[in-house]
Amino acid sequence: MDPLRTLWETFFDWESMREALPEMITVGLPNTLILAVTAALFGSALGILLAVAGISRTRWLRWPARVYTDVFRGLPAAATILLIGVGLAPLGMQVWGPNPYPLGILALSLIAAAYIGEIFRSGIQSVEATQLEAARALGFSWGEAMRVVIIPQGIRRILPAWVNQLIALIKDSSLVYFLGLLASQRELFRIGQDYAANTGNQSALLLAGLFYLALTVPLTHVVNWIDRRLRHGRPATGPAGDEPDDLDLALPGAAGGNR
Amino acid sequence: MNTSVSLSLRDVHLAFGRNQVLRGVDLDVARGATACVIGPSGSGKSTLLRTVNRLLEPDRGDVLLDGRSVLRDDPDALRQRVGMVFQQFNLFPHMSVLRNITLALRRIRKLGEDEAVAVARTHLDRVGLAAKADARPAHLSGGQQQRVAIARALAMQPQVMLFDEATSALDPELVKGVLALMADLSAQGMTMVVVTHEMGFAREVADTVAFMDAGVVLEAGEPAAVFEAAQHPRLRRFLSQVL
Repeated sequence: MDPLRTLWETFFDWESMREALPEMITVGLPNTLILAVTAALFGSALGILLAVAGISRTRWLRWPARVYTDVFRGLPAAATILLIGVGLAPLGMQVWGPNPYPLGILALSLIAAAYIGEIFRSGIQSVEATQLEAARALGFSWGEAMRVVIIPQGIRRILPAWVNQLIALIKDSSLVYFLGLLASQRELFRIGQDYAANTGNQSALLLAGLFYLALTVPLTHVVNWIDRRLRHGRPATGPAGDEPDDLDLALPGAAGGNR
Repeated sequence: MNTSVSLSLRDVHLAFGRNQVLRGVDLDVARGATACVIGPSGSGKSTLLRTVNRLLEPDRGDVLLDGRSVLRDDPDALRQRVGMVFQQFNLFPHMSVLRNITLALRRIRKLGEDEAVAVARTHLDRVGLAAKADARPAHLSGGQQQRVAIARALAMQPQVMLFDEATSALDPELVKGVLALMADLSAQGMTMVVVTHEMGFAREVADTVAFMDAGVVLEAGEPAAVFEAAQHPRLRRFLSQVL
């Protein structure tokens, strides 16, 4: 057997791939998506609190947010997942039994929150201070002004960065495998790895890689598309065609006027 | 408009760090009257305006509406009584013109959606922009944006209106429309404090003109007295440069 052919069969053995494919689709893909999307939602909720705390005038809010962000951004994701997944396992045992899955989501969420918090903070701070002043002058409290005027504007500007974070989460979700998942909880990477370990053939792992690419590559294009729309405004539409509260991504002043 | 109140500032001081911006400002605006505040850049005019609705808290002195100090009131409640219009309009760019106006009506004045929309449309109509209700602010000219900002403030039924160089950011051909609107408002008996570089407007519309320099009101009086018979040399020099 020539080496080239061996190499080919190591990665592109269709039989191995076909064998792994059903479990990839029915088990791996849903689990990867559940892990990533749930962590993105929890991470965003915590991230917005971190962002608001991070720009607070109160030192007792600003400081803990700062420390949290530094710690969770500074640690390798694998270390955090292992520390939380193993360290909190006894606690998790009491709450939901011997199930590492929720702890995996928790660890991913905590990591994501640190990054998403920074993204939100930069978005909020990119909104002109005069917007806050105008809202306060109308009688809005600081909190409500943030909620209805500042944060909605900030979030539109950081959508590309937020989707990037979702991409990172999809990839990082592969790390929860070492918490020891049940067969039905395995995500794409773990399933690929299991098949590869059993057969000594890497094709299933390569198939897992293709699944990741099928998720992440379209998302990067979504990022680029949002980014373009943010920069150039959306395609010109008659003002009368606007929905009262639609998701307009055009930057303020993009069409002139607010100079 | 008959709910207007009188406004008095008493010995208002305000510093940003070591920088003393207001050094004891006194100003009286009778109920329904219009006061124009003029003066060179950096004299504290805009800062003074912001102490009236407590976007900035004075370090010392008092702010009185109808003779009653507002410094111990809830600032958010005070700001519902005091409308403000900014140099840069500061409309909310992520909302339609209509929503810009109904937002505070619904959330602060607690009007129902239908009523808020009706009130907003009335005020848009009043500033001549009923047709632009569904447009985004960015699709409007500067003059139109400023008129929406005025409608937004008026919809809250304020008892005092503050204008912070409301026409300074406008193209020259758009200034007139906004000034005309402000003059109308003044004629209808709104109590107004107008920080402006439009000396023509001050002369014609104001009941009182106050000249500020370096954080104090150096001279105040009826427009004729201030413009034709200025006493203070600093004011005479300022007028010779702007007129």
